[in-house]
Amino acid sequence: MKEFFAEYFVYWLIFILFMLGPYGIIFKKNLVKKLMAMNIMQVAVILFFLALGQKAGGTIPINVPGLVGAVNYINPLPHALMLTAIVVSLATLGVSLSLLLLIQKHYGVLEEDELLRRMNQ
Amino acid sequence: MKEQLPALIIVVPLLTALLCPLVARFSTKLLRGLGIAAVLLSFLSAVGALGHALTEGPWHYYFGNWLPPWGIEYVIDPLSGVMAVLISFLSLAVLFYAGSFGREEGRLKKGIFYTLYLLLTSGLLGMVVTGDVFNLYVFLEISSLSAYALIAAGGDKATVSTFRYVLVGTVGASFYLLGVGYLYALTGSLNMADLAVRLQPLLDSRAVLVAMVFILVGMGIKMALFPLHGWLPDAYTYAPPAVIPFIAGAMTKVMVYVLFRYFFFVFGIMNGFVPIVLEVLGWLAALGIILGSVMAIAQSDFRRMLAYSSVAQVGYIALGLSLGNFFGFIGGVLHIINHALMKSCLFLVAGGVKWKTGEYLIEKYAELGNRMPLTMGAFLVGALSMVGIPPTAGFFSKWYLILGALEKDLWLYVVVIVLSSLLNAIYFFRVIENAYLKKAPVAGKEIRGEKKKAELPIPMLVPLVVLGVSILLVGILNEPLISNILQYAFPGGGL
Repeated sequence: MKEFFAEYFVYWLIFILFMLGPYGIIFKKNLVKKLMAMNIMQVAVILFFLALGQKAGGTIPINVPGLVGAVNYINPLPHALMLTAIVVSLATLGVSLSLLLLIQKHYGVLEEDELLRRMNQ
Repeated sequence: MKEQLPALIIVVPLLTALLCPLVARFSTKLLRGLGIAAVLLSFLSAVGALGHALTEGPWHYYFGNWLPPWGIEYVIDPLSGVMAVLISFLSLAVLFYAGSFGREEGRLKKGIFYTLYLLLTSGLLGMVVTGDVFNLYVFLEISSLSAYALIAAGGDKATVSTFRYVLVGTVGASFYLLGVGYLYALTGSLNMADLAVRLQPLLDSRAVLVAMVFILVGMGIKMALFPLHGWLPDAYTYAPPAVIPFIAGAMTKVMVYVLFRYFFFVFGIMNGFVPIVLEVLGWLAALGIILGSVMAIAQSDFRRMLAYSSVAQVGYIALGLSLGNFFGFIGGVLHIINHALMKSCLFLVAGGVKWKTGEYLIEKYAELGNRMPLTMGAFLVGALSMVGIPPTAGFFSKWYLILGALEKDLWLYVVVIVLSSLLNAIYFFRVIENAYLKKAPVAGKEIRGEKKKAELPIPMLVPLVVLGVSILLVGILNEPLISNILQYAFPGGGL
């Protein structure tokens, strides 16, 4: 049981977070909620990479005097990659929020069914 | 200078993109010249790099001199070289054409347009030449984000369809990134060539299968593979006519190229679970070919018809990939080139007709064959090529696909290809009938130009004619193209 929590539990949590994304995008009717679901999905992928870089007993990857060998440090590469991914998700969020502003300004609504009705008028 | 060519392909448009809003404050003419010069330089670098790769073998360029697998490398082999030449050529043609639209817009808006367009170009080129799977993700997002912004500029309906595109596209990118995460966890490497070596002993593990499926689903969403194509018709229909020829021509093709790169060069086409995954891909592609064509027949809007036909045409390329043999590879890659040229050409026609008459509906195309002979001539070449009538380019890629399917005894695929060519004929001949045979009930509208017979202005006409001629040239010269270039793109160097 302890091993399960230590080794796999985090991946199950990430899996649930990841699947919240498609669920929200498909089933929620409000565009802002859809956007939140999309962002949760991106965060889940970021967490997945960070969990890969982690290891028990490792310290932050800054050279500590007297501590030699890769065993003593966690893997810094996933963190570096995810900094880029965070910037990407920020940019995506910015673009989609400005799109939502435009939609709200023109159609006056962010609920999907009402929006579709007004679009087809 | 010569040894920096692979970097110049990307760096020139990327840096020029940052300059554009600044230059726009001074002069719009200078802005246009700068944009065209940047893409031209990128095109010339791509041609130079491809030439070098053909004479002296694949060209590995190490960024900042960090050797792979630690650093990021750019790889120009015949496949990526051909793609880079194709994309920069299309970008150049459409940028030349785009100048006629939006003349009344403010300077800042023009500057931003050029910035986004150049970012999109460099993003797509970067995806093609990079040899690093995470770097590919970054370029994927650069190109996607700029494409979202460009499509959203098409008006109120475009904002809604773009929002949907953003959601679905980001889901696709997340799936791709998750697949990369699996590969990284398995091998500890992100370099494609290094991955190919390190994956060899692991190919039977289920984790590789999961990575493969994630990457396939991610790129499948981005390339509008059936049944993941839902975002495409609306996004292509409402996008502004100045950019959609480039987006429709290049973007989905680059995503398919990524799949070619993964399945042929990273996983290896015969290894482990790859044949099973490819078989599923092949059936989805065959379904997409038929259903995309049927949906295209049902449309009355010319752009929407082209959008649904894109779903079908991407299916052909995916079909070639799924065959996994030499002829399938050649047919698929040749169809990437053909479809990029054809679809760009047809969307240029759609934009030109809109510019001239303000109409997108097919029934309003009556008598256009008389009024715009050159534009409709280019349309005719593009349409015949879509149907697959020799000597246009479309015939030869379908021919190689059929050869590939016959080699594997997949008769159903042959039936699908022939049947969908007939369906293509139905929806394109409907446009041809309207443009050449029907008489307009009332005299056609002209919103621009005084004379009734006046063609489009030269900057719009030249790219149209150039693309039309290039479709014919690729068709006639397909044999030298394959035996001199594409053959060497196949892993192992061909037959």
